[in-house]
Amino acid sequence: MTFSWNLVTDLRAMWAYAFMRNAFEAGTIIAIVAGIIGYFVVLRRSSFATHALGHVGFSGAAAAVLFGVNPVYGLLVFTGSGASGMALLGRRAVNRDIEIGTVLAFMLGLGLLFLSLYRGFANEAYSILFGELLGISTSGVVFTFEASLVVLGVLALTYRPLLFASLDEDVAEAKGLPMVGLGLVFMLLLAVTISIAVQIIGVLLIFALMVTPAAIAVRLTRRPLTAVLVAVVIALAATWVGLFVSWYEPYPVSFFIVSIAFALYVAVRAGQAIAARMAPRPGTMAPPAPSSAHETS
Amino acid sequence: MLSTGATVPEVIRAERLEVGYRDNVVWRDANLSIHRGEFVAVIGPNGAGKTTLFRMLLGLQHPLRGSLSVLGGAPHRGNPRIGYVPQRHTVDNDTHVECETLVRLGYSGTRWGPGFSLREEREVARTALAAVGASDLAHKALGALSGGELQRVFLAEAIVGDPELLLLDEPLANLDLRRSRDLVELVHGLVLSRRVTTLLVAHDINPLIQCLDKVIYIANGRVATGAPNEVLTSETLTALYGVPVEVLRDSRQNIVIVGGDENHGAEGG
Repeated sequence: MTFSWNLVTDLRAMWAYAFMRNAFEAGTIIAIVAGIIGYFVVLRRSSFATHALGHVGFSGAAAAVLFGVNPVYGLLVFTGSGASGMALLGRRAVNRDIEIGTVLAFMLGLGLLFLSLYRGFANEAYSILFGELLGISTSGVVFTFEASLVVLGVLALTYRPLLFASLDEDVAEAKGLPMVGLGLVFMLLLAVTISIAVQIIGVLLIFALMVTPAAIAVRLTRRPLTAVLVAVVIALAATWVGLFVSWYEPYPVSFFIVSIAFALYVAVRAGQAIAARMAPRPGTMAPPAPSSAHETS
Repeated sequence: MLSTGATVPEVIRAERLEVGYRDNVVWRDANLSIHRGEFVAVIGPNGAGKTTLFRMLLGLQHPLRGSLSVLGGAPHRGNPRIGYVPQRHTVDNDTHVECETLVRLGYSGTRWGPGFSLREEREVARTALAAVGASDLAHKALGALSGGELQRVFLAEAIVGDPELLLLDEPLANLDLRRSRDLVELVHGLVLSRRVTTLLVAHDINPLIQCLDKVIYIANGRVATGAPNEVLTSETLTALYGVPVEVLRDSRQNIVIVGGDENHGAEGG
């Protein structure tokens, strides 16, 4: 398979294979959901909790493999329990790095035990840790799609209260919003998103798809809806370009996705540092006004 | 100063109110009567229970004893007739969200479901920002604002739903004297133009003293309330603290309180 500059022909060649179609479909769905949920992760400063939930999911996936169940169910059960635990302990618990880290290490060890009890150790471990986008089945795509619909549906219903509670906790509480309930809903959405995202990016690289795109987006726009949109576009771009390149190069898709996200992050940070140095305005730390400043959100 | 006759409705009424946590009474025997359109300062040393008073009014905490009525009913969480500016910690340099969004959420943040009234929300938010003289901040990031600008935006968020009672917790805490006076002038303007009853927690009474209708002074587990020149006297504060306290006034009517736990208003000028 050789690369041609006619991208349509390239894509058509890739999509002749079912596993590539599945990869593109699942990758697209997951990038959209991860970009959206990622905005709230950044806003709520829950990125370490996200990273940790991925590791909790690892032991769940390993346990599922050991018992011959689809790993995604193990992921859902373990990340769902971990997420509920963190949410019920309150939002401050989500920021308790040391406690979370301690549990995280234990869960990773537990996952190791489960895998060592299972014979196909190396392959399974590898795909849970780093993702296996090219190995997603058609039923996997369907499941991913259904789970995403649930996440997006719940988010559409809770969007404004969740944004309010994330941005201005004290006023939102005084205004009567159910803070623990909203925290629980958000953490469960996060757990589901992580569980499906692990399929393509793996537990160790989850940060690159769930946090980095949104972290770039908030530096480019100050409007929540625009930022969500930008995060989705970045996550989609990383996934699609990653898949595309991996068709021609014999390296893992996850590596390309992570590298693209990283490169974009570095480029935006560097661009803004240079822009700030070129036009130093005392008292303003903000990035330059986005071109979308007057569009509707 | 407003008359406290029967024609002006009572917004807050407390009788023998006692507040605290199970084994720890913060203050007791408070009798409050605040009427519509009054501008009230809540003064007292750190940890005296000023924020606890707000939590009580907001329905976030319940009295141990006594009765409390707010806007004609029992206090309850989520009362849309109350605007609240807490002491903030969540907004910092990394909050890359524009001010208009926060003010909009003050108006519609408790609505569930997808939003269909975006234009209306934005109009309302812009009106509120204009009312606090912060229209130019609408598209700035919260994290890029100065302390005084931030307080204006918080104020806009609190008044966006057109509340009848405004609770401001230490809005002057990080402001220099000039910015404190600007903000007090702004709040006083809102009190007069909207007849919104306003309680403002402060450490230093001097930037406020010219516009106040009442003072609630909380210290030593007790509460004194009344017109500023009734409460801020050596006799009243001595009785409140239980130790000799002297209230001194300089040639420009700035107040210095000597004795008690702390000196209040010593930095006034």
